[in-house]
Amino acid sequence: MRLAVSKPPKPLVSVKDAQLHYRVGSAFSAMRGHSSVVKAVDGVTFEIQKGESVGLLGESGCGKTSMGRLLLKLEEATGGEIEFAGDALSGLKGPALKRYRAKAQLIFQNPFEAVNPRFTIRATLAEPLENAGIPAAEREGRIIEALELVRLPQPQQYLDRYPHQLSGGQLQRVVMARALILQPDFVVADEPVSMLDVSVRAGVLNVFRDVRDRLNLTAIYISHDLALVRYVCERTIVMYLGRIMEDGPTEDIVHEPLHPYTKALVAAVPVPHPDQSHDPLPIGRGAPDPRNPPSGCVFRDRCPLAFDRCAKEAPALRPAGSRKVACHLF
Amino acid sequence: MTETLLSVRDLKVSYQVGKGSIDAVDGASFDVPRGSIVGLVGESGCGKTTVARALTRVIADNASITGGQILFDGQDIAALPEREMNALRWRDIAFIPQSAMNSLDPVYTVEYQLNEVLRRRGGLGRRQARARCEELFEMVGIEAGRLGDYPHQFSGGMRQRVAIALALALNPKLVIADEPVTALDVIVQRQILDQLRELQSMLGISVILVTHDISVVAYVCDRTVVMYAGRIAEAGPMDAVLMEPSHPYTMGLRNAFPDLKGAASGVLTPIEGAPPNLAFPPPGCRFAPRCPFAVETCTTQQPALGMVAPDHRVSCHRADEAAKLRQEAARTETWLADA
Repeated sequence: MRLAVSKPPKPLVSVKDAQLHYRVGSAFSAMRGHSSVVKAVDGVTFEIQKGESVGLLGESGCGKTSMGRLLLKLEEATGGEIEFAGDALSGLKGPALKRYRAKAQLIFQNPFEAVNPRFTIRATLAEPLENAGIPAAEREGRIIEALELVRLPQPQQYLDRYPHQLSGGQLQRVVMARALILQPDFVVADEPVSMLDVSVRAGVLNVFRDVRDRLNLTAIYISHDLALVRYVCERTIVMYLGRIMEDGPTEDIVHEPLHPYTKALVAAVPVPHPDQSHDPLPIGRGAPDPRNPPSGCVFRDRCPLAFDRCAKEAPALRPAGSRKVACHLF
Repeated sequence: MTETLLSVRDLKVSYQVGKGSIDAVDGASFDVPRGSIVGLVGESGCGKTTVARALTRVIADNASITGGQILFDGQDIAALPEREMNALRWRDIAFIPQSAMNSLDPVYTVEYQLNEVLRRRGGLGRRQARARCEELFEMVGIEAGRLGDYPHQFSGGMRQRVAIALALALNPKLVIADEPVTALDVIVQRQILDQLRELQSMLGISVILVTHDISVVAYVCDRTVVMYAGRIAEAGPMDAVLMEPSHPYTMGLRNAFPDLKGAASGVLTPIEGAPPNLAFPPPGCRFAPRCPFAVETCTTQQPALGMVAPDHRVSCHRADEAAKLRQEAARTETWLADA
């Protein structure tokens, strides 16, 4: 008799060694052999289980937005493989791609730029339904439903309004409703509250958490702000120069960051009360030129703990307790 | 010499829009003690940038200071002729604009731009100016070898350092920084704030830091002034305002702000609604339409900026009940709209 070994559940999203390399410089400089390559995403591997919320955390230029675009197939990976529910994204074409577009949605950063200013809210929300072939008679009901889902009270009053007649918080809820109206399985939110004022941010974040839980959505939340990521995601992936530095439960990362970069990142976050550390950050100044990253570990030239091996060999992302860390010290 | 470097009294700034006018700042009063960093916080449209700009008297063409005084070192600079005001800029009052990316001229080297201030404004000779440039770059932590570089050759954080060097060029008494770290990543933000604080205490200058981020205020400021819809809601020592807020708006802001060091289960509570349209401000307290504690007086009478503790002022009709309101404000249910 064989022992029944419980297999881990199949992940909804699986990213294996994903790469997104951009060639930069003009065609002319390329001809003369002067062009260089920016590795926006360079060998990223992770999996997301159904219903999981994962924060992609990092500073500008770390590749978090590029990674989000790869996941939505808005950008084609230059290497590696990304699978959604077992299907490789690279092979999606025609009707299959269209189905994927409905299942995987993006919530944009700036609500004022994410909607057409000449479309009423009704038209804004009707467009995806139209594209998905939902009959006209059903659309109005679906629109009202979506607006109720994002907690806009008395949704009818918004239908004939234009974007400029809404506040930032209301408009971001409309953008969220548009992303949710086709009942996606997977949502990528790219800094969805960074353009909003503090007093309304909390409302939008609460709606995001609530909707995600109610619809059992799988979500990626892209942000540079660990405090916000902590509020919406149980797991966080920390990126630096196109690579994953640390991946694990958000609470563990907040309370005991392992990777030297994560340590600096956590220490740098200011908190809204007077009782906080003013110690200098354990990190060197100045991010490296992404066209010419350091050899070995990309973080080594700013790392206070770097040693010989760091220059020679890029550390692999290895399990360390509750999480994975890419550092020779672990 | 008095303890107070700058005293703003009942400042009013209006924008002409079409045939009407909007009072973007409607009676702001606060003090900046010598050698302190004062945080001017509020949401977009609250008038914080307009106040900051009014202090330098470099305001939009359709804006004008329509009332109040700006006492700088005892002199009312709101009433100063433009010629005399101009002599104060850079020498006594320097401004670091929002986003240093756009405040530096892309077609000149940073040394040229520093020289413009040092030589034309400060009257320094060529050699003195060069020495001062090197000194300033050392102060903000950039190698002097980069003085000949153009702004695009610097990263965002370095450009912000250049903007700080420019502001400090002529040893001003007051530096006004408008959202100096907003566009920057969190690590660079922290390094710039540390630098600003270090230079401020080394040089003994005063700084007004305009920001929307109360954690930036908590990190670096001695005092804070909270603005809402063109008026001062609360002003006082930073610890007192953040830890024992007496204005319901400040209490609400605290609840809405994520705290990395707080409990994981903490729920953020938004303040329902949006700030009023200043073309049609509500009568009475401007926060009343969003305030869970508003009573009838609040909707009819404008509250005065009164003292709740020595040095701590609040404009709220119910300021004497602040301790009780703080307890209620800590509960999420208090802020839920009963719609």
